[in-house]
Amino acid sequence: MAFAAFATAEAQPQAPRKSSRIALFLLLPGILYLVLFFLTPLVSLLLTSLQAPLEYGDIGQYQYAFNWQNYVDVMTAYWPHILRSFGYALAATVFALLFSYPLAYFIGVKARRWPLLQSLMLVLVIAPFFISFLLRTLAWKQILSDESFVITSLKALSLLGPDAHFTGTPFAVIFGLTYNFIPFMTLPLYTALERLDLRYLEAGSDLYANPFTVFRKITVPLSMPGIVAGTLLTFIPAAGDYVNASRDFLGGPDTQMMGNVIEANFLVLLNYPAAAALSIILMAAILVLVGVYVKRSGTEDLL
Amino acid sequence: MSGEVQAAAVLGGLAESEQSELSARGRRSNGPTRQGRIGLGSWLLPTYTILAFVFLLIPIVYTFVFSFNDSVKSNIAWRGFTFDKWLNVCNVEGGAVCEAFANSVIIGVVATIIATTLGTMIAIALVRYRFRARSVISLLLFLPMATPEVVLGAGLAAQFLAVGVPKDMTTIILAHTMFCISFVVVTVKARVASLDPALEEAGRDLYGSPAQVFWRVTFPLLTPGIVAAALLSFALSFDDFIITNFNSGSVSTFPKYVYISASRGIPAEANVIASAVFLFALVLVIGAQVSRAARAKRLAKLG
Repeated sequence: MAFAAFATAEAQPQAPRKSSRIALFLLLPGILYLVLFFLTPLVSLLLTSLQAPLEYGDIGQYQYAFNWQNYVDVMTAYWPHILRSFGYALAATVFALLFSYPLAYFIGVKARRWPLLQSLMLVLVIAPFFISFLLRTLAWKQILSDESFVITSLKALSLLGPDAHFTGTPFAVIFGLTYNFIPFMTLPLYTALERLDLRYLEAGSDLYANPFTVFRKITVPLSMPGIVAGTLLTFIPAAGDYVNASRDFLGGPDTQMMGNVIEANFLVLLNYPAAAALSIILMAAILVLVGVYVKRSGTEDLL
Repeated sequence: MSGEVQAAAVLGGLAESEQSELSARGRRSNGPTRQGRIGLGSWLLPTYTILAFVFLLIPIVYTFVFSFNDSVKSNIAWRGFTFDKWLNVCNVEGGAVCEAFANSVIIGVVATIIATTLGTMIAIALVRYRFRARSVISLLLFLPMATPEVVLGAGLAAQFLAVGVPKDMTTIILAHTMFCISFVVVTVKARVASLDPALEEAGRDLYGSPAQVFWRVTFPLLTPGIVAAALLSFALSFDDFIITNFNSGSVSTFPKYVYISASRGIPAEANVIASAVFLFALVLVIGAQVSRAARAKRLAKLG
């Protein structure tokens, strides 16, 4: 009996031959849920984006149509926001990568000898997750406000001009995006670097590669899955974010991103078709960018 | 939720999380380090790591410190130390902060229960059964994690609008459950995959009915993964603002409360709640880490 059990386990380690009826029973509720509350909303969004205002209707009343003009309208009205979204998100992704790589390298490679320290540092990396994202951002706003200690001392040292501002500028928004998404960058980098076999690095330096060459030709390629995962996990939410860029947080009137105009159109102006068209543009652009990026970095199997 | 689970979950469908074997191999190969050769690296990287953690923790410390501020209305300038805000959290604005907090907890608990149930069922089916639509289902689970929150939020709001469903607590719960399911699947799937099928085989050999085998063998073994997934989805739901904002109508949640009051100044009571949640989560995570370390030590002694 035991031998038979062993044999079947050998032959099909993870796929017992049970009827697929059970699989269907297990899958159906969750999949139906996602179809109902994820896929259909995307279809609703597409339909809404093509709606036209109801004739003689009130503000916020629309009817189904094939009004692709909406897309032209939002592109002409909001092209700076679209560019800004992707520009800010790209900058934040680059900064987060530069910030996180040495940190993840230290936790994942240098701290291997001290597992307790390693887990403590991981807790510190995810610690910001435990405190409200909005309050953290507001804390930065106050720490870096014009009257704050940091800014006044920078001005006293003439490192900043006398009427320079930080909050309300693109720098502040990029700073906020970078800060808020650092854990999303650090964790996948850590996971990749933690598995790095150091013998490869030794082999490299035994073959007279200098430390920089070893890093560029061995460490970076081996941590590529982490880099790709981290940049995607930072870029996607950063491009859609509207908290950091909001006027009450780190942004100003000239830093509004796509998320801000989607929110304003949907919840304030009740211009649902414009909000929907912008959402579809954002989603499509991200899918295309992600597809190209994953293909070029040679990590298709990640998906 | 432990660092690794967070890491695995954040990594989402992007990377498989079978790290244990590989990392053990990496650890063994640590060998003599080459730090001596680089010289600079031996102190540069640790210093950088410390500074990076200081940077990551600044807003958290700020939020915590300002929960003790003897502020009157807005909590911007430091006016002296007091315990009052901690003792009378619910006394401000007729308890608006506490009401928002309570709503967030209710939404988090209900969404977590539904998402964990549905997600666990999917995870078991994905690992244990072979079926044809597998890749389509994997894509359906991956997409919600790769879609910007503003698109998810606007999409659902457009759907509720089209169907004519009024926005209230139920719509928030429906929305939160949707984006939590994928994270649950990813977290639990790793656990199901690491389960030894021989244990269930043994249960069947001892004449256990399928139900008995599941509830007495499989389910207890899956519990750590399910608990981690539940904690993760609660954390995601509790801190979500963007999707909530589109689907909440007039219902207030804690993040929404912070966002709305940001323009006129956040009362210190919000800092109190955020700090309390932070401390609670920190204790939970460190407790889990310590108990896991103790268990590992015990197992090492046995083996």
